[in-house]
Amino acid sequence: MSEALKFRFDVDGNDFTSAGKASVQVKKNLRQLGLSPETIRRVSIAMYEGEINMVIHAGGGVAEVTVTEDCVEIFLSDKGPGIKDIDQAMQEGFSTASDNIRSLGFGAGMGLPNMKRYTDYMDIKSTVGVGTDITMRVNI
Amino acid sequence: MKISTIKDLLEAKVICCEEGLNRHVYSACGSDMMSDVLAYVKDQAVLLTGLVNSQVIRTAEMMDMNCIVFVRSKMPTAEMTELAKESGIVILATDKRMYEACGLLYSNGLVGNRVKNV
Repeated sequence: MSEALKFRFDVDGNDFTSAGKASVQVKKNLRQLGLSPETIRRVSIAMYEGEINMVIHAGGGVAEVTVTEDCVEIFLSDKGPGIKDIDQAMQEGFSTASDNIRSLGFGAGMGLPNMKRYTDYMDIKSTVGVGTDITMRVNI
Repeated sequence: MKISTIKDLLEAKVICCEEGLNRHVYSACGSDMMSDVLAYVKDQAVLLTGLVNSQVIRTAEMMDMNCIVFVRSKMPTAEMTELAKESGIVILATDKRMYEACGLLYSNGLVGNRVKNV
């Protein structure tokens, strides 16, 4: 692979049922590229958690996945409410999700910790009232 | 443990992907919280859950799981079954509750992350 490959997805914030579609597509694309199953799984789980977060907290957003020779980079950007205290949000079990979200199987406070767990690099830039940008990288 | 053995132990119905009953699973996870499932990678695992929505299927797909068991008489929707078929995930449905279903699989050798007599 000499040139970086880029995939871009719009994540619909109004449809919980379709949340995760972009991650499923990324998983397929990475399989076609012949990446290892472990790399593919780490990328797709991290992206899936991010996608779910964008749907339940931020009303959707944009996801970009770039594949280079060395890594897979996932960039997630939303114009949601932002994260007030990132350190607190990174703690396992901390969640601001509603009971309704919990009844759908999410909001256990594991989303951001899982994204960190499965990636080699993660950076969160967030401004309350403006939105959140997350960059994650999984080394190949 | 063969998926067909899981079906027999749990007296479960096969909802889709019957052709996958001969495949093996080596670990199991019982939860209604999908992020908890996503927290721990297990190879070729079975997911037991009482949660019914499309994200159950997507979670299993992300984790490369090849079987989902719906407990407490829960049934997947047609849309969920279609998603599972696309990914070749065997779906079983049992009347048993989560605790009993997990206990039956555990006591018959499907021990969490470890393999015992399977």
